[in-house]
Amino acid sequence: MSASQMVDQPLEGHFETVVAAEQRIEPRDWMPDAYRATLVRQIAQHAHSEIIGMQPEGNWLTRAPSLRRKAILLAKAQDEAGHGLYLYAAAETLGVDRAELTEKLVSGRQKYSSIFNYPTLTFADVGVIGWLVDGAAICNQVPLCRCSYGPYARAMVRICKEESFHQRQGYELLMTLMRGTDAQRRMVQDAVDRWWWPSLMMFGPPDDDSPNTAQSMAWRIKRHTNDELRQRFVDMTVPQAQHLGVTLPDPALNWNEDRGSWDFGEPDWSELKQVIKGQGPCNAQRVERRRAAHEDGAWVREAAVAYAAKRRAEGDLAAGGSAADEHAADEPKGKDEPKEKGTGR
Amino acid sequence: MTDATTDATAGTTADPRTDDDHVYLTLSEASPGPEGEARWAYGTGFADPLLGVDTDLPPGVDGPDLGAYCLMLGDDALVLSQRLIEWCTRAPELEEEVALANLGLDLLGQARQLLTRAGQADGTGRSEDEYAYWREEHDFRNVRLVETPNGDFAHCVARLLLFSTARLALYRRLTGYADPVLAAVAARGTKELAYHREYATAWTLRLGDGTDYSAQRMQAALDGLWPLLDELFTAHPVELRLGVDPAELREPVLRELGEVIAEAGLTVSQAAPLAYVGGRAGRDGVHTEALGPLLAELQVVARAHPGATW
Repeated sequence: MSASQMVDQPLEGHFETVVAAEQRIEPRDWMPDAYRATLVRQIAQHAHSEIIGMQPEGNWLTRAPSLRRKAILLAKAQDEAGHGLYLYAAAETLGVDRAELTEKLVSGRQKYSSIFNYPTLTFADVGVIGWLVDGAAICNQVPLCRCSYGPYARAMVRICKEESFHQRQGYELLMTLMRGTDAQRRMVQDAVDRWWWPSLMMFGPPDDDSPNTAQSMAWRIKRHTNDELRQRFVDMTVPQAQHLGVTLPDPALNWNEDRGSWDFGEPDWSELKQVIKGQGPCNAQRVERRRAAHEDGAWVREAAVAYAAKRRAEGDLAAGGSAADEHAADEPKGKDEPKEKGTGR
Repeated sequence: MTDATTDATAGTTADPRTDDDHVYLTLSEASPGPEGEARWAYGTGFADPLLGVDTDLPPGVDGPDLGAYCLMLGDDALVLSQRLIEWCTRAPELEEEVALANLGLDLLGQARQLLTRAGQADGTGRSEDEYAYWREEHDFRNVRLVETPNGDFAHCVARLLLFSTARLALYRRLTGYADPVLAAVAARGTKELAYHREYATAWTLRLGDGTDYSAQRMQAALDGLWPLLDELFTAHPVELRLGVDPAELREPVLRELGEVIAEAGLTVSQAAPLAYVGGRAGRDGVHTEALGPLLAELQVVARAHPGATW
């Protein structure tokens, strides 16, 4: 037995006890390497999804057909960038940094939710994404508010509130369109037809093909299986679709009195696998946009770092070479703007 | 570590099973009212920002002139907002994604109020969307500075610096204007533009005094945009009739800009103002080639569905 194993045994026992008691693991607590790696992967993927997820809706920002809808959509895009920031910050508590995670995203070594590899083709897609995609995200994310890892759980509380707001806005847009012209109603149905199955696939592969679920549930990272969450989403969504007056494109959809749930058809898992492998309609385009923004911005980030270093050096000089001055006064203190990266956090 | 049963900030309760159900219940509650939830998405509180402000035209203010002036300021805000929106998903850092969207939302909010006021003042009763989506290019009254195509991030910062410095100075004056609606819009806009100016100033300093390359980019951006600045200080007859001569802003705004540019280690451009076309420019509806494509994109969906409600 190695020295580290001798040390780890009581720590591991403590970790297991804390998790089993529904308490929180915090950044400075001991945790198994695999637990840390799982969280980094999951939180990074989640953060990437928020950032990549700005693109499909962003496609309609410049063309939104009313100024009110434009403002709603812009506020949503801003929220998503904010969610990305909290989530990258949560991942950073596990000993990775945002630049490294971004590098992995743009080089294709880390994934984001496959739903964002589908195109947004009409303005109704904006509403359907709010209703179905944000709705599915909420089903996935609400249990994460009780995740065993404290920083992730706390980030999820705020994110879920905002997501639910986005979902209602999406649904409200669809209600407006369904009360509108025939062309608007056709637009909604067409969008529902395209987004329904990809939304169901957001919950991941079926349970018998989801090898990591058991461990994640034991660690209290995950609370429900993929199929449980998918069922929950269908049960929540069908009455909303009826109220809206759209048809969900699944002939197998049927109320099962015995189960007290809706039966539904099998998504096309081969399509999901294709999209995950990179063959989705927009995979290349989404990553390329993110990569271009990141690379085009490199000189700006370098300038900010150089500027901050100059100010620090001046501070050191002024302080007679004593402890570095943080130069908080140089930071923009605007509302909503977090402290700038690379300036001495 | 934190005991989940007592962690009030995380919103958790003792029983994890019922906790989920509780959250789902909150999510499915339809609460269409804008109050309470606006805080979740900045800028989406749609309560009328001019609630309680008297919209009657004050005596002595000419309605059509006031309407035309509100279009000038409203179009400036709308078109610059559209250019900021084009940055979405292209910013150099996530903090800048958040900030630029934030600035765009502020300007969009100002545009909506100003266009709405234009419809009240000119007596046509046209809505913000009728102005934004159903006017032709030559009916837009914005200055050319806001419509020129986006460049690099230094261009974005330079345009924000020039515009926000001038607009803040103007709004400060307008807070005491005879029209209570315009005065209220200006009062709110003053707070917003103060932040825009602060943001643009901070980045002008970082880029100007960052690396050699960033200093070159920042200088080039300022030099490129400088000829468009003067239009903001050039009076249109409507402005003179309303007693809001923008020429009064020239000296204080140039002084403020000069201070920021000097602090950034850059030089103030000596470039001459961009010429007018037969004496006319943006305020007269004579624009650059950039406005047409911008409006085509902005208006395309609305125009494909005349009479539709969104």
